[in-house]
Amino acid sequence: MNINYSEKIPNNVDLSSDRRLQRALEQWQPKFLEWWDELGPDKSSELDVYLRTAISVEKEGWAHFDYVKMPEYRWGIFLTPSDPNRTIDFGIHKGQPAWQEVPGEYRSELRRLIVTQGDTEPASVEQQRYLGKTCPSLYDLRNLFQVNVEEGRHLWAMVYLLQAYFGRDGREEAEAMLERHSGDQDKPRILDAFNEETPDWLSFFMFTFFTDRDGKFQLASLAESAFDPLSRSCRFMLTEEAHHMFVGESGVGRIVQRTCDLMNQHKTDDVREQGGIDLPTLQKYLNFHFSVSADLFGQEISTNAATYYNTSLKGRMAEAKIDDNHLLHDTSYPVLELSGDKIIKTDCPALNAVNERLRDDYIEDCDLGVRRWNKIIENSGHDFRFKLPHRAFNRNIGHFSTIHADPEGNIITQDEWDRKHLEWLPSQEDRTFVQSLMQPVTEPGEIAGWIAPPKGKINRQSFEFEFVCFN
Amino acid sequence: MIKFNTHPDEYQHWSLEINRHLATLKLNVNEDGGLYKGYKLKLNSYDLGVDIELNDAVQRLRFEHPEVRTVVLTSSMDKVFCSGANIKMLGLLSHAHKVNFCKFTNETRNSIEDATSCSGQTYIAAINGTAAGGGYELALASDYIMLVDDSSSAVSLPEVPLLAVLPGTGGLTRIVDKRRVRRDHADFFCTVTEGIRGKRAVQWKLIDELVPRSKFSDMVEKRAQEFSEKSYRPLDEQGITLTGLNRTIEGDHIRYDNLTASCDRQSGVVNLTIQGPSEDLPLEPESIKAAGDKFWPLALARELDDAILHLSFNELKLGTWVFRSSGNAELVAQVDKVLIKHKEHWLVNEIVHYLKRVLKRLDLVSRSLVTLVEPGSCFTGTLLELVFAADRSYMLDGNFEDSTEPPAVLQTTEMNFGPLLMCNGLTRVQTRFLNEPKMIEKIQDQNGKDFDAEEAFESGIVTFIPDDIDWDEEVRISIEERTSFSPDALTGMEASLRFAGPETLETKIFGRLSAWQNWIFQRPNAAGENGALKLYGTGKVSKYDKERV
Repeated sequence: MNINYSEKIPNNVDLSSDRRLQRALEQWQPKFLEWWDELGPDKSSELDVYLRTAISVEKEGWAHFDYVKMPEYRWGIFLTPSDPNRTIDFGIHKGQPAWQEVPGEYRSELRRLIVTQGDTEPASVEQQRYLGKTCPSLYDLRNLFQVNVEEGRHLWAMVYLLQAYFGRDGREEAEAMLERHSGDQDKPRILDAFNEETPDWLSFFMFTFFTDRDGKFQLASLAESAFDPLSRSCRFMLTEEAHHMFVGESGVGRIVQRTCDLMNQHKTDDVREQGGIDLPTLQKYLNFHFSVSADLFGQEISTNAATYYNTSLKGRMAEAKIDDNHLLHDTSYPVLELSGDKIIKTDCPALNAVNERLRDDYIEDCDLGVRRWNKIIENSGHDFRFKLPHRAFNRNIGHFSTIHADPEGNIITQDEWDRKHLEWLPSQEDRTFVQSLMQPVTEPGEIAGWIAPPKGKINRQSFEFEFVCFN
Repeated sequence: MIKFNTHPDEYQHWSLEINRHLATLKLNVNEDGGLYKGYKLKLNSYDLGVDIELNDAVQRLRFEHPEVRTVVLTSSMDKVFCSGANIKMLGLLSHAHKVNFCKFTNETRNSIEDATSCSGQTYIAAINGTAAGGGYELALASDYIMLVDDSSSAVSLPEVPLLAVLPGTGGLTRIVDKRRVRRDHADFFCTVTEGIRGKRAVQWKLIDELVPRSKFSDMVEKRAQEFSEKSYRPLDEQGITLTGLNRTIEGDHIRYDNLTASCDRQSGVVNLTIQGPSEDLPLEPESIKAAGDKFWPLALARELDDAILHLSFNELKLGTWVFRSSGNAELVAQVDKVLIKHKEHWLVNEIVHYLKRVLKRLDLVSRSLVTLVEPGSCFTGTLLELVFAADRSYMLDGNFEDSTEPPAVLQTTEMNFGPLLMCNGLTRVQTRFLNEPKMIEKIQDQNGKDFDAEEAFESGIVTFIPDDIDWDEEVRISIEERTSFSPDALTGMEASLRFAGPETLETKIFGRLSAWQNWIFQRPNAAGENGALKLYGTGKVSKYDKERV
């Protein structure tokens, strides 16, 4: 077979001269396309979508815009250009040159990290596959598809690492990532948040704000890895992840704007009758998505996290900006823990608390976004403010999975939880209501009534542009 | 003090559900229910306390539930079957406790296999999540292993790469010897921390069947049904109840209904005296059932079992156990006759196999065993096994001065020639006279007849036969001498001498445990301050001394 690899799979890893990798990807690519066809965006293969395709890592290359049919999207393999002098910033290998090959002793740990990260990428595509049917505008539909193809590309990035560096086991893992499916009873995705449904656009925006933000923090800590190809892959993925979070933050922001506009227009807080989503309901969705995403950071005190850090496999966010010795031996980090029926702060070995530290960074980052939403409400002249729930609220992993807490972080009884949890989390009625608003709007320049139009443009194309052509 | 007596109502870590022929034992370890402080039993990891409950359940299923034909071992945690022995616990505990822990868990695994092979109660491991290390070894003790096929659940023995120790509960031996996994496959399997899942796990014979998650519980039930149909356990029988043991500990004296133990801390000796049965013995299965756990051989087996465990775990410094017996030898012979005559009856079968397991436990203790045969004793048949099990035995030749008691005699019964096999697969008589069938025949020809001291000595049943003038001094000096030796050297010597004859799965497991694992447990690469076992969980990496020994 004579294939022009750089045309078919845009890359900066010299694919055309790597026969082993070509063979691996040739076997994998048909399975990937089959998967995309079966579980990617529903009934979308004929649409022309105005997409950004990364065709190189240069400034002008990573944002190339054009109409593309998604199955023909060129899922490329891009790593941030290598720095031949890069040294390791943390852990026991600190100061040594970054690894260009997988060290045998860390083979399984590295593979596990890559598989866990890789598994989330196709998962969110599966979770979002039916959203196209109910898009609020062509602009949003296009953003959804952009997120989807980029998650697909991120899967490619992880699969590339598995295929290129992990031999037969890596190939098997790459295939297994297409065999597990979100919400599948038999072969679910590895992490629970990726088995939840994304049934409506409000959930989608919340998901991209909260859950994709977990992705940002995970990628940022993997970008610190001593394993250079992983580090470089993640650095490049981060540039795309930023767009996903923009979709989330601006999406929720536009809903908040619309709700406030309706509140002002109709002089009421309850805008459901006017076809808007009231602020308390938005808060409930926020509570749900925040708490589910907080689980993704894992156990507060973790053996695995300690091992990953100590052996220089996975660092902290922005390691170089942290002013310490980057070893964490014999230092401590404050962690919230349960003590009887109280939540107390305890100093724990910093090495074991790496997950919690990342969760702290994450919560801080989420809070910034929430404040920007509050600014919209404030500017519209209302007193309501969103608030992130306490980290003990509605958790399924870690210390707090064994208790119930209210959004303020007070520990409550099972009985109280049963009575009150629907004041804090979306009820079936709330979900049904939100679902009822989800009517497709597919005329260029038009938008659904529950969300405000965007202020910005895509590649200088304004909102009226035909971002998706239905032919 | 560690207690070995428990009851399903008190279980913290297991739930036992019984639905006619099918019992389900679900592991749901209480994180905060560890036997000691300093560790949490996360992710269905276990310590001795968890295994004491399992041992109790395995035992009760045989006696209290004749109707149960298949036992499903599974977990009530979502993605974890069992992650093996708790590592933090292993890092914290003394060497002695680690070894005792390993031995006890091994004995429990063996009792699971014994239930299947001797009692028609088949164990199925329904692995519904990760089964790592001791978790997979637990599954290996079952007859049939089912693994959920969800692209992530795997079986693994990660001890070597992760902890620098060995799988301590027979894992290495069972994969190659029991499941016939190829040696090269096993080698690979035991070095990958993440283990093996899916089709390869079946192809390599690490498991028997792979089942999708949605069909898992149905398929487990179907297999359980199939195994139940093949079982010979009785259909319409009521079990007996194993009630709490009547044990009192006052100072250095432990008292059961049929057994007393006195601890002599000065000399490091425990004197154990077994009380023979009393007159009104049940002779038929129905009356045996009515007597239940008060039936002498069963009551004694339970008491002896408890005493062995108590003394092994709680009295580490009492290194020599001296057995005596007292009672009517005729009645012991009568009990043995009843056991042999009704051996097909389910309850009698259970009692005999329990006696076998208790005596096996005794063979494996790291204590010097001495049996003293004195006038008034009743070392007949089943109890004669204590003479064969001892490292050394003394029988008084004749009588004590001024005593009118008849001199001590010994007697064999059918119980000495088959039912009470050691873990090497031989009777104690066979092990004693390995490759000397004539010696065995000679003894067996005398079945039911008394051996006086002279005859017992000539036949090789006892070691020495001092007369009343020498007795006290001989016995005292011998014991004093013994207690002056290095306990380590004694343990090693005794274990090496006790199990002559062929290797079996069990002898290999215990032999390798005591040789390899105990050696590795002492080595700095595992147990030193910077050893893998100590550092596990901290994220720190151990530096191995690369010298091969």
